Amino acid sequence: MKCLLKNREMALAIIISIMVIGISIYAPAFATTESVTSVLNDTSILCMLALAQMIVIITRGIDLSVASNLALSGMLSASLAQNYPELPIIAYIAVATGTGLVLGLINGGLIAMLGIPPIVVTLGTLAIFRGMIVVYGGGNQVNASEMGDIFQSFPKLTFLGLSTIFWIMAAVAVIVWLFLEMTRTGRGLYAVGGNPVAARYCGIDLQRQQLLVYAISGAISGLCGYLWVSRYGVAYSEIASGFELTVIAACVIGGVSIAGGVGTVAGALLGALFLGVIVNALPVMQITPFWQMAISGAVILTAVVVNARVEKRGVKLILPEARRLAGAIK
Amino acid sequence: MQTSLESSSPQGGEPVLSLNGISKSFPGVRALHDVSLELHAGEVTALIGENGAGKSTIVKILTGIYTPDAGDVIVGGTRRQFLSPRDSWAAGIAAIHQETVMFDELSVAENIFMGHMPRTGTGFVDWPSMRQRAAELLKSIDADFSPDTKLKQLSVAQKHMVEITRALSHEASVIIMDEPTAALSRNEIDDLFRIIAHLKSEGRAIVFISHKFDEIFRVADAFVCLRDGEKVGAGKISGITEPKLVSLMVGRPIDQVFPKRDIAIGDVLLKVEGLSNATEFADISFELRRGEILGFYGLVGAGRSEAMQCLFGMSIASHGNVTLNGKPLKISTPGDAISAGISYVPEDRQDQGTILQLGIRENITLASIALHVQGIFLSKPSEISAVRKLGKRLDVRAAHWEQRLGELSGGNQQKVVIAKWLATKPKVIILDEPTKGIDVGSKAAVHDFIGELAEEGLAVILISSELPEIMGLADHVVVMQEGRIASIFARETWSAEAIVSAATGARKVA
Repeated sequence: MKCLLKNREMALAIIISIMVIGISIYAPAFATTESVTSVLNDTSILCMLALAQMIVIITRGIDLSVASNLALSGMLSASLAQNYPELPIIAYIAVATGTGLVLGLINGGLIAMLGIPPIVVTLGTLAIFRGMIVVYGGGNQVNASEMGDIFQSFPKLTFLGLSTIFWIMAAVAVIVWLFLEMTRTGRGLYAVGGNPVAARYCGIDLQRQQLLVYAISGAISGLCGYLWVSRYGVAYSEIASGFELTVIAACVIGGVSIAGGVGTVAGALLGALFLGVIVNALPVMQITPFWQMAISGAVILTAVVVNARVEKRGVKLILPEARRLAGAIK
Repeated sequence: MQTSLESSSPQGGEPVLSLNGISKSFPGVRALHDVSLELHAGEVTALIGENGAGKSTIVKILTGIYTPDAGDVIVGGTRRQFLSPRDSWAAGIAAIHQETVMFDELSVAENIFMGHMPRTGTGFVDWPSMRQRAAELLKSIDADFSPDTKLKQLSVAQKHMVEITRALSHEASVIIMDEPTAALSRNEIDDLFRIIAHLKSEGRAIVFISHKFDEIFRVADAFVCLRDGEKVGAGKISGITEPKLVSLMVGRPIDQVFPKRDIAIGDVLLKVEGLSNATEFADISFELRRGEILGFYGLVGAGRSEAMQCLFGMSIASHGNVTLNGKPLKISTPGDAISAGISYVPEDRQDQGTILQLGIRENITLASIALHVQGIFLSKPSEISAVRKLGKRLDVRAAHWEQRLGELSGGNQQKVVIAKWLATKPKVIILDEPTKGIDVGSKAAVHDFIGELAEEGLAVILISSELPEIMGLADHVVVMQEGRIASIFARETWSAEAIVSAATGARKVA
């Protein structure tokens, strides 16, 4: 499977490269360094949210509340900046991430302690978190001019031509990779998603894991809340509305199995990048946003069909020669 | 062993249904060999045998789920072939299962007529006549609920009545009842027996499967006894006694099958006293010594797995003490049990043991992952060396250790699951039906392996429904019946008859 997955991720990488080359031939403006870095910068938030979502989906869960969480956390952080514009940047980030963490713990608590299905809990909190923005801010928005320079300048700093957002995403990706591949808890997440009963016999505590994954998802959403609001310079109740579906789409395209137990960091990142390229390339090619949606929809369906074919049971290697062949490929 | 009980049909006249020389094999397993039986109108025939004797294979052949390899099914004098459950249903055979499989959200009437609802001329469901016929049928067996009730509001006994009504709605001439009393109270059993008497008086033939001898003697007219897929006796129930029936069920030379290893048994390792929970088992007490194989025998549903799962921390006990090596043990999660040195290999090793999406390495180290943590990260080299050792020992056939488990054959997947539990370096290993569903050759290998574990000083708890397996391997056997320990036998003094009598709750063997 490992080698199969690698192949699949390789295939996705190749498809993205072909797309980029094709688009560049059609619209040379797309092939510039600025354009590429702007795609990477633009896609970083989606990448982080896709990683967070993947962790949840691996355990057979789903977190529909990420975009609402992002908006609420971003709003609180922006409102802090509005009232205290001179605080160190870490304070704004901490407030956003902390808010996200608390919201994630609410999801995790409801799912783990009360045993309510994740889709129901997070569908509820999706609406509640959004509603709270209006309740908190009275429907007002915080504009760029009110946020202060410290709050706004941080995501625009660059290193090697790439923004802070990109580097934060890179750090998150490395940490998530280490967590999933190299720690006991990370291994347990795959086990729970693959076969919850077998995992339980092995002493893995499902409830603890659920609390953990929704907390992680919440904290990352909160962090993205700050980044989003500071980057786009506005906080109001409707930001990132519906973005949770794009995030889930990125996971599915990246080969994360909605049935649980399967998903890699590389896959989620490539899935997000794929959507990022489409979103950024279509305007260059003068294609309307409606086509964007249709294209990403078609890609999702294709990805699911390909997944289903690959995952189809009955591809057991029982013949000695088949085993040898599989060993040789590795 | 043939008995003098082998006789012609207990009653004259043409049988409603007969099986002639039926054989059925599965890869590596002979489920039925040359079995013949006859069912007569107005008669209850009890089908008797141990677990795995072939009773359910007969039911599945009668209901069209399996097609026999050889032999004839004759219904009403003509030879029939059931290629599907539909064929068998159309021939007037209906089965009522241990656990009713019906539609909880639909009404009683819809459940009764599912698949053959009366229709109006325009092709729509004829609700009034469906309700009316359902009500009539329910009345004929004295059911006191309305056909409009939703099925989920009924008790198990009432659901059985719906299933019986469903059979009647189709004018079934043969009704098979597979352990119909398993979940019923005493009063409900009396009601069921009244219904059976009514069905008999209408001239229907009934196949009654039960492990409870008192019920068999109360309700049956004739019996057919199976052992290892062969018919070992048949006749009128009035012509046989309970002890004779027990010895017919189990009688076979056992000791030669599994040569018992001579293992020095050590000190008491695990002591369980009065383990109980609210609904599944009570007062489970036993001692287990190093190097000992302790058998747990009982009928399916006697509470053996439940008690052992509780010992392993899968459920919480309401009472009871457990000591390991003389120290009191508090187990509230499987994790506690694993770190205390107790392993549990579940009965359904594939569904409850494998994680198909993960590799062989990840599967084998899953329960013992704590042994491979260095600092905060896992050490892959340490995992690989453990996996290599166990993989070799259990002869796992794979291309490489990173191969996804879903790509292995079923037998190799099972080996990986066992390797996983040995990787925890247990002191006590609980094996739940370790040879269920595996072929004869592999069985011997598993038995050999269990002996090997005991020889290494492990204490083994062997849950098995196969008496020869228990008697071949175990030093002591704990017999459970209806959630309690009925008896504990030592190897020197046990007999197959005594063990089975204890398990079935039969009165003392004369």
